[in-house]
Amino acid sequence: MLEKLLLNHYEAAAVILSGIGLTNLLLQRNLIKKIIGLNIMDTAVYLFLAAKGYVEGRAAPILIENGSGGWINSASVYVNPVPAGLVLTGIVVSVSVTAFALALTLKLYESYGTLNIDEALMRMTEEQKDIEAKIDAAEEEVLS
Amino acid sequence: MIGMLAYNIPFVSIFVMMICAIITPLLPNRNRIPEKLSCLAISFVGLMSAYLLYELTAGGQTHSFNFAMGHFPAPWGNELRAGPLEAVLSLVFCVAMLLSLTGNFSSTAEDIAPKRRNIFCVLVNLLTASLLALTYTNDLFTAYVFIEINTIAACAIVAVKESAETVRAALRYLVMSLVGSGLVMIAICLLYDLTGHLLMQNMHRAIGELVATKRYMMPLTVSLALITAGLAIKSALYPFASWLPDAHGSSTNASSAILSGLVLKGHIFTIIKIFYRVFGLEVIHLLRMDTVIFILGITAMIMGSVHALRQKNVKRMIAWSSVAQVGYIFMGVGLNTVAGIAAACLHIIVHACVKPMLFTAAGGLSNAAGHKKGLHALMGTFYVNVWAGLGLIAGACSMMGIPGFAGFASKLSLTLASFDHSTVIWALTALATSSVLNALYYVPAVIVVLTHNKDAQKNFTAHSPTLSYKVSMFVFLALNFYLGLFCVPLLRLITRGVNVL
Amino acid sequence: MNEELRRIWQSFFNWVMGIGPRPENEVIPPEPPPDLPFTQRPKDKYSRFHEATLKERYNQWLEIHGLHLFSVLYAGLSVLTCVVIVSLLLATVAELPPFGHERNPANNEVIRRYVEHGGHETGAQNIVAGLILDYRAFDTFGESAVLFTAAVSVLMLLGASRRNKADDSQSPKTESAGRNFLQRAPPASTLRKDDAILRGVANLSIPVILMMGCVVVINGHLSPGGGFSGGAILSTALILAANAYGFRRVHSFFNERTFIVSSSTALMIYALSKGYSFFTGANHIHSIIPKGTIGDILSGGLILPLNICVGLIVAGTLYGFYALFSEGDI
Repeated sequence: MLEKLLLNHYEAAAVILSGIGLTNLLLQRNLIKKIIGLNIMDTAVYLFLAAKGYVEGRAAPILIENGSGGWINSASVYVNPVPAGLVLTGIVVSVSVTAFALALTLKLYESYGTLNIDEALMRMTEEQKDIEAKIDAAEEEVLS
Repeated sequence: MIGMLAYNIPFVSIFVMMICAIITPLLPNRNRIPEKLSCLAISFVGLMSAYLLYELTAGGQTHSFNFAMGHFPAPWGNELRAGPLEAVLSLVFCVAMLLSLTGNFSSTAEDIAPKRRNIFCVLVNLLTASLLALTYTNDLFTAYVFIEINTIAACAIVAVKESAETVRAALRYLVMSLVGSGLVMIAICLLYDLTGHLLMQNMHRAIGELVATKRYMMPLTVSLALITAGLAIKSALYPFASWLPDAHGSSTNASSAILSGLVLKGHIFTIIKIFYRVFGLEVIHLLRMDTVIFILGITAMIMGSVHALRQKNVKRMIAWSSVAQVGYIFMGVGLNTVAGIAAACLHIIVHACVKPMLFTAAGGLSNAAGHKKGLHALMGTFYVNVWAGLGLIAGACSMMGIPGFAGFASKLSLTLASFDHSTVIWALTALATSSVLNALYYVPAVIVVLTHNKDAQKNFTAHSPTLSYKVSMFVFLALNFYLGLFCVPLLRLITRGVNVL
Repeated sequence: MNEELRRIWQSFFNWVMGIGPRPENEVIPPEPPPDLPFTQRPKDKYSRFHEATLKERYNQWLEIHGLHLFSVLYAGLSVLTCVVIVSLLLATVAELPPFGHERNPANNEVIRRYVEHGGHETGAQNIVAGLILDYRAFDTFGESAVLFTAAVSVLMLLGASRRNKADDSQSPKTESAGRNFLQRAPPASTLRKDDAILRGVANLSIPVILMMGCVVVINGHLSPGGGFSGGAILSTALILAANAYGFRRVHSFFNERTFIVSSSTALMIYALSKGYSFFTGANHIHSIIPKGTIGDILSGGLILPLNICVGLIVAGTLYGFYALFSEGDI
């Protein structure tokens, strides 16, 4: 297994990075760190895709002139162009999502004064408790 | 053969909604023009879907076709695919979306600042477009892109009502959704590497060859697990559902209705497509994913209801009930038979019609009680807003599975589908337990709403529901009874659709 | 023996339920008056001898130690999750097709057609540009729509709300109004009115950056680059201008209205032209769009105009993000 991993070392690095990113995204409690985790994960996926598109000894997928006015278009000259296209789309998606998440984080900080989503939750639950106490009081009033 | 008009409908539906979304920011923001345009576009798409459904099932035959997006055929270009199932679902999505908008027309105006209403409409149009694209797409990467549109737009329509709570709920929703999209993206990359395709039927063929020769079984299993987990997080399957009650309970009524009724369903239908069209039922069974989904579905059915029992806020109660209903759908998918998937699709349709009605009704009732959401504040509100009260009662009966209401039909078909399955005892026990639990929280809600209470009624705002509210509620009720009483032709249609899926 | 067991059980039961031993000089509390409402009656006859029940003790313990325990558990859980995910994925990667091998499943007939016929089918020298803007254009349209969705959402969250604080405080249902924790730094434009070095560098580099951006956009179908990368370069010129000359100067020609109008118009042109090409392609109608000869600037059919549209959207949106985050306004 180890020599196979060494053979696929770019992919191995990519999945280690994406695991780190995913864990950060899931379990960091600071939202900015969560968003950094998201970006690590996305970038790792691009590394994975770039590694998957590579073929030993081939050129970038931009047609080369063959010297007599034509173009070399044999499939054995260029690397796989599909992963490049997927990465381009992925980058745009990642930029959009990051900007949206940061905007929401800014709004959260404006309302709660914290970047920690659990702390915001705790402050919320105190307010919620007040509301529930009111509901309970109303309930007892009705029952009596 | 399909006429040229019907042939272009999937493409035209998606583009109409997209263009409507793009043009909305340029519109004048008065007289609620953007919302009217959205409603118009959604009804137009709904009518087109109905026509497509008619064409695809005309003369007792079942047609389906692929639509190449551009000049290049299947494995080279993007493709859409339409069959009876896709047509039915897009019709239902359009109807539910339209009714959620019109039913909550007045509460949207109260909850959302005038500056933001324009953008709310942009987001609703984008959500509709992405749901249609998820329904029709035949390409896994297109599905990923539209899942992302869906995610951002869904989180944004939670945060569109300006309050601290919605921002927090939207962030939790966004973080969980992003974990889900990340898993889906990794899985799609793995699948592309193994098969060399992104189109569903080509992937299916390649996976069939891999499984026949027993190659790459481990990466296949992992990618299936990752893609299922990612989409399950987004469709709020129980252990991953902690974000749902916050997001659905705190946002404005129209957003809650759309999110609960439709957004979850788009992701669930994507899972069904991946199971059925990319992997195939035999491979799913071989990799044991059906058992996992079945167990998670059963857990969700029971745990969602248990959580709902403990809620005092009526919207949060209905939101947790959605978790339970998602469990029903996943149980149907986990049966891993055509009948099971057809029953799951029927439940998708039923839930897409009933849950927006419940949210609209709850919104109407709490408006009548002076914007209070506590269950006990709603005492006696039936007599203030009769339409909302009727909606709540019908929705509750439907969720409990009373014969004659919509929920009964889908629960019955789930039961029948589970009979040919080895785990029939578990399925039946879970169905029975969950129905009893549903009754335990819906019956008290109905009783509270029906109880006369002279003291509290003094505080009620004397406000009668608007005409659009009454009409939407009437259509919701009619749909509910239609689905409950005449579900057999619909189920037959869905089964035909699943067979050609 | 049995008696002993029962006694032990009884004391254990009392410990759990929080019933303490009854003192010798016990004073029987007076019976509550019967007309007292049910909810106000004492809950337990022995409540005077009440000790903490097991649940209460647990809650007390949790209050003291809970936060620490929670953070330790959380850290442990994080590491465990990370290790599990990474090892699972590593095991998967070890099984994947080998790196850089030309007979991997991904190098199939799909790629062959993209490379061998991509030139004359799309007219683009850059195969990737032909792939994303012609073969798989629907994905790329969706990608632009993602950017549009995010731009609109960020504008909704940060733009309208802050500028119109005065309007919002009058509207009835803004719960967040009145408590704003964010001590915002004064906007960058008010800090430095006149920075000679920054302005000098900006004067020199903005034309170069703009030219570079335009080249990358316009040559998208011939060389690496395209709408997204070129648009990102263009947006840096805008951001530099905003920092050197103040946002107000940029605002005079690029404000919220221009932002919305330019993004929507560009995306609309994209949608309509691509819609035409999808429609003609699917219905086998001859498309009037010429492909041109490979290698010319005017080649590649729709790819050049689409790149320009995407460049406009991206430049506007990225500058918009920067302005909204730093100024709270475009």
